[in-house]
Amino acid sequence: MKNILLPAVLLGLALGFTGCKPSGSGDAGQTIKVGEFASLTGKEATFGVSSHEGTLLATEELNAAGGVLGKKINLLTEDDLSKAGEPATVVNKLISRDGVVAILGEVASSRSMEAAPICQEAKIPMISPSSTNPKVTETGDYIFRVCFIDPFQGTVMANFASKTLKAKKVAIFTDVKSDYSKGLAKFFKEGFLASGGQVVAELDYNGGDKDFKAELTAIKAANPDAVFVPGYYTDVALICIQAKQLGLNVPLFGGDGWESPDLVGIGQDAVEGTYFSTHYAPDVATQNSKNFVANYQKRFHNPDGTPKLPDAMAALGYDSMMVLADAIKRAGTTDGPKVRDALAATKDFDGVTGKTTINEKRDATKSAVILQVKGGQFHYVETVNP
Amino acid sequence: MSSFCQQLINGLALGSIYALIALGYTMVYGVLRFINFAHSDVLMLGAFAAYFLASPVAHIFSPESYSGAAVVIVLSSAICAVLGMLIERLAYRPLRNRPKLTVLITAIGVSLFIEYTCQHHSVFGAETRRFPQLLPQENIQIAGLSVDSTDIMVLIVTALLLAGLWFIVQRTRTGTAMRAVAFNERAAALMGININHIISFTFGLGSALAAVAGIFYAMRAPGIDPLMGVQPGLRAFTAAVVGGIGNLPGAALGGLLLGLLETFAGGMPGISNYRDGIAFAILILILLFKPAGLLGKAQVEKV
Repeated sequence: MKNILLPAVLLGLALGFTGCKPSGSGDAGQTIKVGEFASLTGKEATFGVSSHEGTLLATEELNAAGGVLGKKINLLTEDDLSKAGEPATVVNKLISRDGVVAILGEVASSRSMEAAPICQEAKIPMISPSSTNPKVTETGDYIFRVCFIDPFQGTVMANFASKTLKAKKVAIFTDVKSDYSKGLAKFFKEGFLASGGQVVAELDYNGGDKDFKAELTAIKAANPDAVFVPGYYTDVALICIQAKQLGLNVPLFGGDGWESPDLVGIGQDAVEGTYFSTHYAPDVATQNSKNFVANYQKRFHNPDGTPKLPDAMAALGYDSMMVLADAIKRAGTTDGPKVRDALAATKDFDGVTGKTTINEKRDATKSAVILQVKGGQFHYVETVNP
Repeated sequence: MSSFCQQLINGLALGSIYALIALGYTMVYGVLRFINFAHSDVLMLGAFAAYFLASPVAHIFSPESYSGAAVVIVLSSAICAVLGMLIERLAYRPLRNRPKLTVLITAIGVSLFIEYTCQHHSVFGAETRRFPQLLPQENIQIAGLSVDSTDIMVLIVTALLLAGLWFIVQRTRTGTAMRAVAFNERAAALMGININHIISFTFGLGSALAAVAGIFYAMRAPGIDPLMGVQPGLRAFTAAVVGGIGNLPGAALGGLLLGLLETFAGGMPGISNYRDGIAFAILILILLFKPAGLLGKAQVEKV
């Protein structure tokens, strides 16, 4: 029921906003169907929703400006419930039943890696907005991304730990269930050891667990200067709370999996003073990103009615659709292989999160920013270039 | 050494929550001879009941007070007791005289039904919510150890509930009737015991305990979602089997044991991602050498 209702409602909203008539079944050739799979509910829901809102905003802006190749873009969104197994189902449906020309999604690397072989097999280009595990695009030549990758993010955080935090001994706390977390931990460790640091404890948890005290007690016993937690916000918030209860009073820091209002919503004062790296900070703005923030705040609101500040996932969701539209324009067709070639040739595309150039591995090379939680808000600390 | 004591405290607090849940599994098994898999979802419903009750109750009593917390816990337990009885009445009673396997599969069905209904966005939604602070929270530092006041509360409440349960089962007429039904349902009915009444009561009692366990579980890790009951449920079920299913002190012992095993395995660098594997491997070993569980008596299954 949900799978049918939600996209229908969202589609209705999208069409209503741009003021065009809802498309009937007869004009299938008049629109460009783009599929999106996202974690709109579940453990990583705030990522999925942000990313989806960014994608939706881009679609609406493109359609308001006359669409692509003279056709409106019809965004078909499917919810994968943040759950393994679902992406394969919904992406298959989008490709075989709905006949989409391209796929956008997911935020989580594990779920992107599940959908990637299906898109590769069907020769449908797929763009992940914010999956940072290198393996995502290694699946094949139809898989792209518009964000940086974990080897870069891991190195950035390793340098941050040794230079800014002045940490000599760190502990690493990894989610064994997540490809994202394991990848980031690996690259962080390599970078930190290379910069002369020492890893005093490496522990693992299972994403979705609620009790982390056993592992945190062991981390505390190893007496680190800081703890690197490359996880997702729900788990991270609980880890911060329990670390504080155990008297582990060293800085905790992580990657872009942290950036969600729920990190503060669940973690509250326990996450104060923590750091994480991400793709974009609304406070350091280019003209593009200022326009994006203004339009986004006009379009989307928090539950209490205040304008919603876009996060990195929203910005990357927006860029993923814009990069796709740009490639379709240059290809002059929606034919899978031609769009693929155009995507691979993307160079210096001026997006919200900076200039996107797709390299030979189909990854984007981009700078990272580091944010700190202060007073329940995310504050810009520094930018790190590749 | 201090690290060892710290892990001991962590393990005891976690284990006593498992013990509370295990009591529900073991009681239902005692009277009906089947595993009520929906028990872990009643735990989740208990946590959600407390989540929704917390703010209206905080308006009447002061927030983060013991009296307020007690009211929330008692009301949530009452709600869950009614839900537990309802589940029994609707899903299990019509199947009372069918093969036990039918009932077991129904229980799994009920469990999945509750989990997935609650994940729908018009019920609770699938996302994690912040569980409100019910009790004033303090960190007590003793000799380098850090003890959370919630953990102490968990231990005290579990001990009290265990004693209360023991009293009900061993010293009251209803408890005597429960034991009679567990011993021989048909003979108990012939002696004038209202079987339906007793089974309903057992479900209510077990569900109320699950609600308390769910609330404490949520207090220790204040993020709740509709699938939060699955992991502790599975562990508590195993704890009940290890302690000797149908045996109340066995369930408590099994719960504590599982909590401690899991905590010590989880605290060892290098093997921490095998924490469940190690805990369950040891449990399998116990069952291999003592099939009836630690405190259970081996008995021949009557066919």
